[in-house]
Amino acid sequence: MKIKDIQEEIVDEFSMFDDWMERYEYIIELGKNLPLIKEEFKTENNLIKGCQSKVWLQGEKKDDKIVFTADSDAILTKGIIAILIRTFSNQSAKDILEADMDFIDKIGLKEHLSPTRANGLVSMIKNIKMYALAFNTQN
Amino acid sequence: MLDINKIRADFPILSQKVNGKPLVYFDNGATSQKPQVVIDAISKYYQEINANIHRGVHTLSQLATDAYEASRGKIQNHINAKFAHEVLFTSGTTHGINLVTNGFASLLKPGDEVLVSALEHHSNIVPWQMLCEKTGATLKVIPMNADGELIMSEYDKLLSDKTKIVTVNHISNALGTVNPIKYMIDKAHEVGAAILIDGAQAVPHLKPDVQELDCDFYAFSGHKMCGPTGTGILYGKEAWLNKLPPYQGGGEMIKEVTFEKTTYADLPHKFEAGTPNIAGGIVLGTAVDYMNGVGFENIQQQEKELLEYGTQRLLEIEGLKIFGTSAAKTSVISFNIEGIHPYDIGTIIDKLGIAVRTGHHCAQPIMNFFCIPGTIRASFAFYNTKEEIDVMVEAIKKAKLMLS
Repeated sequence: MKIKDIQEEIVDEFSMFDDWMERYEYIIELGKNLPLIKEEFKTENNLIKGCQSKVWLQGEKKDDKIVFTADSDAILTKGIIAILIRTFSNQSAKDILEADMDFIDKIGLKEHLSPTRANGLVSMIKNIKMYALAFNTQN
Repeated sequence: MLDINKIRADFPILSQKVNGKPLVYFDNGATSQKPQVVIDAISKYYQEINANIHRGVHTLSQLATDAYEASRGKIQNHINAKFAHEVLFTSGTTHGINLVTNGFASLLKPGDEVLVSALEHHSNIVPWQMLCEKTGATLKVIPMNADGELIMSEYDKLLSDKTKIVTVNHISNALGTVNPIKYMIDKAHEVGAAILIDGAQAVPHLKPDVQELDCDFYAFSGHKMCGPTGTGILYGKEAWLNKLPPYQGGGEMIKEVTFEKTTYADLPHKFEAGTPNIAGGIVLGTAVDYMNGVGFENIQQQEKELLEYGTQRLLEIEGLKIFGTSAAKTSVISFNIEGIHPYDIGTIIDKLGIAVRTGHHCAQPIMNFFCIPGTIRASFAFYNTKEEIDVMVEAIKKAKLMLS
């Protein structure tokens, strides 16, 4: 599935929720179900330190796609990571680099990706793009 | 006793709704809200007397200068400084501390020691580390115990004739502990060391008497005590301020300038280069008047009740642990709930209209001491109520249910 289609699917899912509580409950569920990053990848190198929460991100090349795994110590951050992983993992470097992030606004989570929030998510997206850039140059 | 409804009516922001819920503002440790008199005084300055100070011969400049200096006088009285020129306007506590550390760079040498407490905000750690890097002096840390209190027997042991300056906060921002600063000041002086008190978290709750304390420096911010942001005061004893070199060069701080040599102005102007935050400085005086009008006894009474009630109500929540359990505390409750990240709680209760601080509170060493990523900090001001605490407790219970 293309990134754009996945994003539309997520926006559709979120449109079913009436209020913020339902949205947050869903994010918490997503956070709980996020496949954990392998312990060996929870390294200082893969750690993004936010003031508020920590994020670990690992990217691996698999054929012509990049597979991401990630984790966080805060469950809401983890839930949003799950959304980002669903969007960006198993995609080509080129598609990742071209993708925009408007859908986050559409699902009412813009505040979580504000640079002042300091929860590590903005840096996580930056790092996802960096992986894509690095793998793209290798090709 | 405070007429709480009357007090709350002084603060227009408090009647606001946030995320559709009535605002419960418990982030007073970060910054206080401003009463209408303070807000009005800012407009009034710009509408009526805005002009640059200490320069013009024209009437407006004189009016602005008089107002600025009158404010300095108010603050001098408020903290009981001996001279008005011992009261320096700064942009805040951080600025005040950096002014001192910058000055000490010319006084310290390798082998000298600087003592800093384990309870400090980063802004009272990093400038001293930079000073030590620059001079080769050694930074030593006064440790704390599990209640979040500094250990005085360890402090006594650390003091020696190598100690040149001690720095400690009056009240801890992360935990609310009130430190025994009178004892610490006297002990520092016994070994001939200077001492700086970071009063940022103290001035919203009490009136420091710098002569009685006998501290060498006392730094605080205006915005935490109902004043405008970007304002602050550094009190320094005259002898110390004369000894320290200027912090910044510029206009206002000079007596005479030639390309060969510049001579510096007298105190306080030696440390006040450039056009200051004139409106801010004047209105800080208005804020001090306002707080004295409310009365610090009343403020302390109200905050003590809030602290006791808040502590009791929060401890009803299962798995909740309070960090900072000293008997000497101001109205700050720093806590976590077992198995739940503070960020998650903070985010959800924000949706319910409650403003608290989450994270490491710019005091990472304290969080490392307790081995936690951060805490949720509810810090109460005199305009807060028990009903607001009830709303917070219910919100936390709801968040806990969602998150566990």
